[in-house]
Amino acid sequence: MEGLIRSERLPHIWCAGCGIGTVFGSVIGAIQKSGYDLNKTAIVSGIGCTARMAGYIRLDSFHTTHGRALPFATGLKLANPELKVIVVSGDGDLLAIGGNHFIHAARRNIDITVICVNNLNYGMTGGQLAPSTPFGAKTTTSVTGCPEEPFNFCYLASACGAIYVARWTSLHIRRLTNSITEAMQKRGFGFVEILTPCPTSFGRRNKIGTALETLKFYHERSVIRNDIDPKEAPIDFGNNIVVGKFVDTERPTFLDNYQLSCKNLIGDWPDFEGTIVPENQAG
Amino acid sequence: MADKAVMTGTYFMNGDYACCEGALAAGCRFFAGYPITPATEIAERMSRRLPELGGIFIQMEDEIASMSAILGASWGGVKAMTSTSGPGFSLMMENIGLGICTETPCVICNVQRAGPSTGLPTLVGQGDMMQARWGSHGHYEVIALAPSSPQEMFDLTIRAFNLSEQYRIPVMIMADEVVGHMNERVVIPRREEIEIVGRRKPKVSPDKYLPYHPDPDGVAPMANCGDGYRIHITGLTHDERGYPGMDEKTQAQMVNRLIGKIVNNRDKIIRTENVYLDDADVVVVAYGISARSARQAVRDARARGIRAGLIKLETVWPFPEALIRDVAGRVRALIMPEINAGQMVLEVQRCAGGACPVHLVSHLGGSIIHPATILRAIEDSIKGKK
Repeated sequence: MEGLIRSERLPHIWCAGCGIGTVFGSVIGAIQKSGYDLNKTAIVSGIGCTARMAGYIRLDSFHTTHGRALPFATGLKLANPELKVIVVSGDGDLLAIGGNHFIHAARRNIDITVICVNNLNYGMTGGQLAPSTPFGAKTTTSVTGCPEEPFNFCYLASACGAIYVARWTSLHIRRLTNSITEAMQKRGFGFVEILTPCPTSFGRRNKIGTALETLKFYHERSVIRNDIDPKEAPIDFGNNIVVGKFVDTERPTFLDNYQLSCKNLIGDWPDFEGTIVPENQAG
Repeated sequence: MADKAVMTGTYFMNGDYACCEGALAAGCRFFAGYPITPATEIAERMSRRLPELGGIFIQMEDEIASMSAILGASWGGVKAMTSTSGPGFSLMMENIGLGICTETPCVICNVQRAGPSTGLPTLVGQGDMMQARWGSHGHYEVIALAPSSPQEMFDLTIRAFNLSEQYRIPVMIMADEVVGHMNERVVIPRREEIEIVGRRKPKVSPDKYLPYHPDPDGVAPMANCGDGYRIHITGLTHDERGYPGMDEKTQAQMVNRLIGKIVNNRDKIIRTENVYLDDADVVVVAYGISARSARQAVRDARARGIRAGLIKLETVWPFPEALIRDVAGRVRALIMPEINAGQMVLEVQRCAGGACPVHLVSHLGGSIIHPATILRAIEDSIKGKK
C-alpha cells in the first residue's frame, strides 16, 4: 500500500473519525487487487473532503472543479482508452452540483468506476444540507431539520444505466474492496456508494453523534440484500439500511457504440422490421 | 483525397467550417461541445470529420461539461477544442480558470453574438472581449485571437493550437457571427507548409520530474496522463511538484509564473497587421469583423487625401501595449470601432495615456459597423470635431 500513497503529503486533512480514510484504504486495496498497470490508472476528483483522495494517491491524479470530475474523466478516458479511470467524489460534489454530469455519464456508459462517499452532508464547508441529507436531519443550513427528501443514489445510477451498482458502509471493508475491484474490472459505468460517518460536521448536530456511534448504528442496522432492485433500497434511518450489490450487468460502452457509428454500423431508426407485436394487437 | 486531415485546396467555405479545418490540420483529435447559435456548425462539422480521422467527437450535456471534457482529453494526450457563443462562454468560465491554473493546452472558439443574456442569438456582437480577459475569477493572463475572415478562422485556429501547446494555456478564438457564417475563399495549404507546435515533453525520469518546474521561457514540460510520471494536478494553489500549498508564498510564485510566461513572451505572441502607419495622421485600431470595415474606411479616407492608417489586431490578448503607446505619440487621433459599448477601446485609451484623443465607434450589436461610419469618425477626428 505504501508505494501508492504520497506519504510526503501527510498528514492528511480528514478529521478524526471520518470514514474517508477507510474508503481510501479500500480504493488502494482494490487498485492493487485489480492488477491494472499503475502507470495507466488515473484518479479524477472534484472538490470536497472525498475529492482530496486524489492528492494522496501516487497515480496520475486530477483534482478538478466542484462537480466536474465526471466530464473531465470522460474526456480523459475517451482521449486515451488505455487508461483505467476512477472517479472519487462526495455526495454533494457528485450528485448536487455534478448531478447532471452523473446521469449523462451513466447513460452514455462511459467506462469509468465512480466511488461516492456519502456522509450525508457537505463536510468541507462545515456541514450544510446535501442531496443525501435525511429528511429532518439538522445541518447548518437546516437548523430546524432538513425539509427536503434525499436521493437514493443507487436507484438513480441504476435508472440511468450504470452497469454495476453497489452500496456499502465504511464498516464493510472486505466487501467494499471487492466491490470496487469488481466495478473496475467491468467495462462501463460502475457506481459504488459508501455510507460513512462525518462526526465533525454532521454527527454532532444529530443524534447519530460520534463516529463510533454512527458505525455502531450502521453495524446494527445494515442488512445485505444482494441483487434486489435498488428502488427497494432507499436509505431509511428509521428502518434497516439496505446494502449490497444491486446491479451487475453488461451493455455496450460509449466507445463501443462510437466505433460502430464511425463505421456507419449503428443501423436505422426506427426499425420497422422489428418483431415486436403492438400491444393492442397482441393475443 | 490523400490527406484526410489537411484538405489541401481552395474552397468557398464559411468561417465555422474553416475553423474546423484549421483545428484538424493543427492536429485536433478531440472535440466536446454543445449546440449554440452561431457556433453550432463547428460542432456539426467536427461530428462528421473527427470519426474519419480516428478522433473523438462528443456532444456533452452542457458547456460546463464540454470545457471539463477538453481539459481531461488534453491531459489524455490529445489536442482538444470546444466551440460556443455568449451563454455557453459564460458557463465555461470556471473551467477555463482550471485550465489556466493547471496549464492545460486547449482551444475555445467563441463565435460571438450580441448580449447580454440570450441577446440576439443569430446576430453579430463583440461584447465578450473583456470576458475573455477577466471572465474567470482570480488574476491571470490569457491568449485570445480575433479572426476577421473565414481564411483567418483557418489560419488563427492553427495558431491558437500552436500557442496553447507552446505556452500551456487555453487559447480563445474570439470570432463573431459574421465571420462564422460568412462564406469566402479559404485556401488550405499543403501539410508540409503548415507549422505545427507539438507538446513539450519531460526530458527527465519520473523520479526527477516536477510538473511545474519551468524551462527558461517560463513554461514547464508536460507529462501526459499514462506516461508513467504519476503527476498530481490540482486547481488549488500548487508548488512545482503540483502539490497544494496554502500559503502566500506559493500563491505568489504560482500566479507570478502564470502571468510571467505570457507577459515575458508577449513579443512572440502578439501579432498585428499594420497598414500605412509610417505617415498616418489618424489610425484605426480594429479586430474581428470590424477590422474589415475599418480597412475599407482607411482606404476611402486615403482616397480623400486623409493620411489614415490601420492596426488590425490578430492577437487581442495580450494587448499590443508598446505598439499603441508608440503610435499614440505620433498621430492626431486613434479610433476604435467595436460591436459593444466600448471594451478594447479602454485598453487603447490606457496605452495612449493621453498622448492623443481616442474615439470609440460603437455599435451595440445586430449588424456590422458600416465603413462609412468609421470614415466619418476619421474625418471628424482630423477636423478636430470630436
